[in-house]
Amino acid sequence: MRRALHAEWTKLRTTPGTSLLLLAVVAATVGIGVLAAAATDCPAGICAVDPAKITLTGVQLGQAVVAVLAVQVIGAEYSTGMIHASLAAVPRRLTVLAAKALVLTAVVTAAGTVSVAGSLAAGNRLLPLAVTDAAVLRAATGSVLYLILIGLLALGVTTAVRTPATAAGLVLGLLYVFPVIGLAVTDPDFRRHLEQIGPMAAGLAIQATTGLDDLPISPWHGLAVLGAWAAAALLAGGLLLRLRDA
Amino acid sequence: MRAVLHAEWTKLRTVRGWVVALAFAAAAVVGLGLLTGGQGSCGRDGPQSECVLPVGPEGQEVTDHFSFVHRSLTGDGSITVRLNGLTGTLPAKPGTGGPDPADGAPQVAERGPGDGQPGLAPWAKGGLIIKDGTRPGSTYAAIMMTGAHGVRMQHDYVHDKAGRPGPATTPRWLRLTRAGETITGEESADGTTWTVVDKVRLPGLPATVEAGTFATSPQYTWILGGGRGVGGAMGGPSTVTAAFDNLGQQGTWSGTTWTRTTVGDDAEPSRPEQTGARFDVGGSGDIAPAVSGISGIGTTISQTLAGTFAGLILVVVVAAMTMTAEYRRGLIRTTVAAVPRRARILLAKAAVIGAATFVLGVLAAAVVIFFGQKVLRASGVYLHPAATGTEVRLVVGTGLLLAGAAVLALALGAVLRRGLTAVVAGIVVIVLPYLLAMTVLPPEPARWLLRITPAAAFAVQQSAVTYPQVDDYPIPVNGYFPLPPWAGLAVLAGWAALVLGLAVFSLRRRDV
Repeated sequence: MRRALHAEWTKLRTTPGTSLLLLAVVAATVGIGVLAAAATDCPAGICAVDPAKITLTGVQLGQAVVAVLAVQVIGAEYSTGMIHASLAAVPRRLTVLAAKALVLTAVVTAAGTVSVAGSLAAGNRLLPLAVTDAAVLRAATGSVLYLILIGLLALGVTTAVRTPATAAGLVLGLLYVFPVIGLAVTDPDFRRHLEQIGPMAAGLAIQATTGLDDLPISPWHGLAVLGAWAAAALLAGGLLLRLRDA
Repeated sequence: MRAVLHAEWTKLRTVRGWVVALAFAAAAVVGLGLLTGGQGSCGRDGPQSECVLPVGPEGQEVTDHFSFVHRSLTGDGSITVRLNGLTGTLPAKPGTGGPDPADGAPQVAERGPGDGQPGLAPWAKGGLIIKDGTRPGSTYAAIMMTGAHGVRMQHDYVHDKAGRPGPATTPRWLRLTRAGETITGEESADGTTWTVVDKVRLPGLPATVEAGTFATSPQYTWILGGGRGVGGAMGGPSTVTAAFDNLGQQGTWSGTTWTRTTVGDDAEPSRPEQTGARFDVGGSGDIAPAVSGISGIGTTISQTLAGTFAGLILVVVVAAMTMTAEYRRGLIRTTVAAVPRRARILLAKAAVIGAATFVLGVLAAAVVIFFGQKVLRASGVYLHPAATGTEVRLVVGTGLLLAGAAVLALALGAVLRRGLTAVVAGIVVIVLPYLLAMTVLPPEPARWLLRITPAAAFAVQQSAVTYPQVDDYPIPVNGYFPLPPWAGLAVLAGWAALVLGLAVFSLRRRDV
């Protein structure tokens, strides 16, 4: 496992796009967060909207970049045929996938932490946001975990479908279409249900710091729903990787 | 060029995965559109529960609910009154008590009329009205003071003309004069110098009409910013009280006593009204065209197009791959060798994928709009009727929306040369701005996002109609886009053309 990890780390480190993508995660998350915070006014220190959620809006774009990174971690191997060499070198295929997942988790944790910290620093200046508040800290930690889980979800989906473009379409479709369909649903019970099971809507419940009683799903349960999606995707990907010819 | 088009069509047609994905795109538009409508209560409990709105003289559905103190006027005549000012109440503003210490949630309570805080709705109305009877939806002309829009003369629900602006607390003299089918509305500051606000014709006005003073005040909504869906808006009925004196009439008026009727409310019978030298008329409701959305009722046929997003994502994936697959497999070298004029390759690809997605979009939208309306009505949802022209725009617009997105994704594929980045870029620029505008962002940045990003094109699917004299909160979460339909589509077309130009430029410059 150590050697598999080392191999995956070398591959990720030396792929030309990786550092650019990690920078893009930070730039997208902080950039959108700053714009959203600057566009929100909170007269007399009372915001009509949840200031933590507004500050962390950038995660909704940052996750797309994380998805690209995660898709590339394994998708690029299928595109170039490198996967044959990888599997010949490490015949225990699940070890390859686990090593990829761990390396991905490490880089997304780093990029996610910088992104969220940057967003909070901006939010602290632009909005009445107390960054030491327990709920805000939970939203911040949860947002980093959210990005990690999105990465793992994308890794699992890509392992299952193998084509990078299709995998990206599937992951972003899963993330963005669920909430858009939720908006269109007029039946409140059905809508609430969609928000409880959609990976993005449920996962982002972790960012709420006000109106917790009105949430369709509580913050940690929501993140657990996203965790279940990621686990299911990794499981499907892992099974197919083991059973299928590469 | 014909040979190139034929070649590109063959490439698209013979990849089974792409054909299946495009078929799924059409199926998603139809399937999700039929599924998401939800349930309503119209017509569910027998004929009594049918949702029927009064229909105005010009054919559109209207709201007609106001307090009316009236007598019958036969033939020509006039009525004059001094309106000393309007006072009213708004529904209590949610969250004004500060965050609830228990959980930080704003305090929101359901409140009825008269239960809220003092204030005037911008379109609270009080003044004089001449109307064909007291049946909701009948023809009328009225001159009024409004909460925030000065003196207005309105008739037949959709017509509105501004008089002098000014605060609702300043006393104004108002007069309506009938001569045949023509009604003249005048206003005056002192009762001696009169200014004509408008002169309108009410076709088919009978010889005997009801005329008198009225007051009404529409639904008022507090917009709290982003929030989930329309959850960012809280509202309720508002009320207004108009203080009148110096009432005078000319012409043939029946009897000597006035009758008070709440038009549009059968539960409240008419009763005699004692009008002294000074009297108040208070009311709640509106005399205006009916609108959908948070301050109106029901939904519009745009609801049936909710599945467009799912279809759009599949279209973006296929369109981007029609270009990037050539790079992946090295086919691009053969293509460029066969067609050395490289711009033609891109134009042919754009034409093929654009035409294919346009046809799919039109077919899917036509099916879902036709059946979706039936499904919604059968589930008891009140659906505002749309003109045939609007339906055609929605169908053709959905086709063009998918085609525009496809060309944009294809061009991104040509510029970026990698399927992964092209697909992600395509989805992020088209779907994400819409999602952010609808969910987290406050109204103003949301409007900007829907003006400048390719997501502006969703405006072509709007079927809600706005009227200047009805506050229906024209914000994106309420189904109103900041740009007119075709202008929104033009923004997407502009982006697609720009990126396609960039793609032609880079395909010419680059080695393949």
